[in-house]
Amino acid sequence: MSKIHLIENLAVSDSGFLFLHTTGETFTLNKTGSEIVRMLRSRKSKEEILKFFTENYIVDTNTIEKDFEELVAQLKFYSLVTEK
Amino acid sequence: MKKKLRYERPTITKQYSGLMNKFGSSSLSRPTVDIDGVSIKSLCEGYGSPLFVISEKKIRQNQKNAFRIFKNRYPKVQFAWSYKTNYLDAVCSVFHQEGSWAEVVSDFEYDKARKLGVKGEHIIFNGPAKSEAGLLNAMKNKSKIHIDHFDELFLISELAETNNIRAEVAIRINMDVGIYPIWDRFGFNFENGESWQAINRIIQNKNLKLVGLHTHIGTYVMSAEAYRIAAYNLAGLCKRIKNEFNVSLEYLDLGGGFASHNTLIGQYLPAEQLVPSVEQYADAITNGIFDVSFKSEDLPTLILETGRALIDDAGFLITSVITNKRLTSGKRAVIIDAGVNILFTSFWYKHNIQLCQNSGVHTEDTAIYGPLCMNIDCITESINLPSINRGDKLLIKYVGAYNMTQWMQFISMRPNVVMIMENGKVELIRKAENLDYLLEQELLPKKLKLIPV
Repeated sequence: MSKIHLIENLAVSDSGFLFLHTTGETFTLNKTGSEIVRMLRSRKSKEEILKFFTENYIVDTNTIEKDFEELVAQLKFYSLVTEK
Repeated sequence: MKKKLRYERPTITKQYSGLMNKFGSSSLSRPTVDIDGVSIKSLCEGYGSPLFVISEKKIRQNQKNAFRIFKNRYPKVQFAWSYKTNYLDAVCSVFHQEGSWAEVVSDFEYDKARKLGVKGEHIIFNGPAKSEAGLLNAMKNKSKIHIDHFDELFLISELAETNNIRAEVAIRINMDVGIYPIWDRFGFNFENGESWQAINRIIQNKNLKLVGLHTHIGTYVMSAEAYRIAAYNLAGLCKRIKNEFNVSLEYLDLGGGFASHNTLIGQYLPAEQLVPSVEQYADAITNGIFDVSFKSEDLPTLILETGRALIDDAGFLITSVITNKRLTSGKRAVIIDAGVNILFTSFWYKHNIQLCQNSGVHTEDTAIYGPLCMNIDCITESINLPSINRGDKLLIKYVGAYNMTQWMQFISMRPNVVMIMENGKVELIRKAENLDYLLEQELLPKKLKLIPV
């Protein structure tokens, strides 16, 4: 199974502000988006992230999986992650 | 057991440097949770989603306010409720209770007004396509028939003579008041003398009584000055009739067309900053009439057929989120359960859409689509929305005008309509349609009935 890695040169603040050193681009993440990016940074797997959400948020597995994939697709769109 | 947190879809938004939005940040962060004190959640639980909601209180406020504004400026004012704007019985009845006459443009609207108990003489019969039977009926009831074209004038004349009736008529007049396109497909033209020719024919006809003059310069008219010109032209014509034929007309009907609080698609500034107030329209119209000096006994009644401006902000549409999607362009899309078949005004307006529950503060440019399997089913191409989940509610405001008359059963049925009464009670005023309702009008030839397979 492929693993998702955040690219290097990325700074993420606790409040969800994301800064890309190399290009100067900035992004904002909402609370759940920040959680996911933080966990990806900690090299958590997709399964671990989904488990964390179903245990801590009012959300079912299908919904969080769909939303996780959508966020990852956006991160890829902005070239902020790589898949290995 | 550990308490779980409210979930919000994860989002990431790219920031672009540049000028700040001059209108400031979105007001969407504060949700609208009730209408006239009735919770949106309870309305959906009781009547489903989507759901049209009409506020009785708001209609009465609007009508009283508009009447007061005109009455303060002009001694003789009469409103006539424009049926085509919203002809649900409950809505029309509120306007009639507030003293409005009925302004109808078809035989069925005429019959609807009569069924509601409106007196014949308090019905204004407009429109270019009145039937022979409808005209005769209106004549017998002493309704005010506004003649649209010469063929109609000849028909009315013939019917009146045959049935030995003196019909009360007015003519609709179109004119150039600086609003384009000119609505010259309706009525007789002012500038080329066509209207004067029609007036001459009516006055010389013993079976016809000319009681008024009517114009309707357009719809969503954002220039009060245009109304002043129209009022001045009609009043001038009225005085000329008095001078040349010694006939005093009962009324001048300035029609409708006042803009509402909705912002048009393609309009840069919001409606609040562009649309004239009722006071400005009233100043323009009454000044236009007073510019033509009338003797006090000859001053005609001013009739107004205002529709949109009186009902739009009394109507709401509650809708539910079906799903969130990401388009191939990267843009976010939300699909809701209300489509353009019930929200026809989506083709004209950038609707005011409110959240009905707490959501995050991070917003994203979003397209909102309806549930129809048709590409045209787009409620708005662009709105800044925070993350919302399936089942969340959105409230579309200012939908009282034209939607509940121009809506159609297409792919999905028309939903319930409720009215929140002044005392806070919720009344169902139109039931949601179902398959039985749809099939009621259909007939299947015997030959085509399926053999069970």
